[in-house]
Amino acid sequence: MNCLENQITFAGNCQDMFIVIGIMFLGIALGYLLRKVKGIENLSKSISLTILLLLFLLGVSVGGNPEIVSNLSTLGWQAFLLAFAGTLGSVVAAGLVYRFFFKKHKL
Amino acid sequence: MKGSLLVVTFFFLGCLLGWKDVLPESLQEGNLTLYVLYFLMLQVGINIGADKKLKDIWKTLRPELLLVPLATIVGTLAFTFLISLLIPRWSVFECLAVGSGFAYYSLSSILITQFKEPALGVQLATELGTIALMANIIREIFALLGAPLFVRFFGKLAPICAGGATTMDTTLPVITRYSGKELVFVAILHGILVDLSVPFLVSFFCSF
Repeated sequence: MNCLENQITFAGNCQDMFIVIGIMFLGIALGYLLRKVKGIENLSKSISLTILLLLFLLGVSVGGNPEIVSNLSTLGWQAFLLAFAGTLGSVVAAGLVYRFFFKKHKL
Repeated sequence: MKGSLLVVTFFFLGCLLGWKDVLPESLQEGNLTLYVLYFLMLQVGINIGADKKLKDIWKTLRPELLLVPLATIVGTLAFTFLISLLIPRWSVFECLAVGSGFAYYSLSSILITQFKEPALGVQLATELGTIALMANIIREIFALLGAPLFVRFFGKLAPICAGGATTMDTTLPVITRYSGKELVFVAILHGILVDLSVPFLVSFFCSF
């Protein structure tokens, strides 16, 4: 289902994606300008806390959603397949790159 | 390890409270999550922009090293594409969005839940986000536990590619142990690049 096609039916915005990436770039620019400011590295802690908050909120949506809770095993199985495929794909690609580009030369 | 445990704990805490229905309705509103996400991305950006070490890493970059994160991304997406054919419930693009998390489970799940809401509605978007969370956690576990096996069958670079976006912190110790100390720099660089690709690739696949 295309984002733009269904925008009328559901809440939220297709522009959200652009805004999020845009804000990140804004942050990069800001960070570069503020790079000499002391303590700017402490942002890692704040980022971790923000992630905790977001995962908590995600948990609230999931927990309060009886359909998801009852489908957890199905969702888990789909998740397992995707994780397995992704991991396998990456190690196969790693093997190819190693074999053809790096085995002879120093890494 | 501790960090991952804490994140999962908070998620389960949220689940518990959400299930018990003790929290006010306003918390379940999508907009709060969106604004906190904006705040997160701003901080992530600032952190990247202010990082002095990144410039040095960029200067000492050898172009061949870029093949490693490229292998991770292409390999993951190719096989994810194939397995998506076995999962009729979700479209190819939705599966690719999940795969684009590269074990970065916190950000990918949040982004997917948020970005798929306009197209799928809160219910399905949250479902896909939950799948992304679980899938990327499982991937991190695969990377942590499977490292010796991967080296044996696919060579020294394999644990790095398996680790995806986590190779600069969570999976770095395991990579150092089984791939060797000489690959630490490669792993860190790989982790940074794949980590950066997550928001872009997830957004890209969510837009279909």
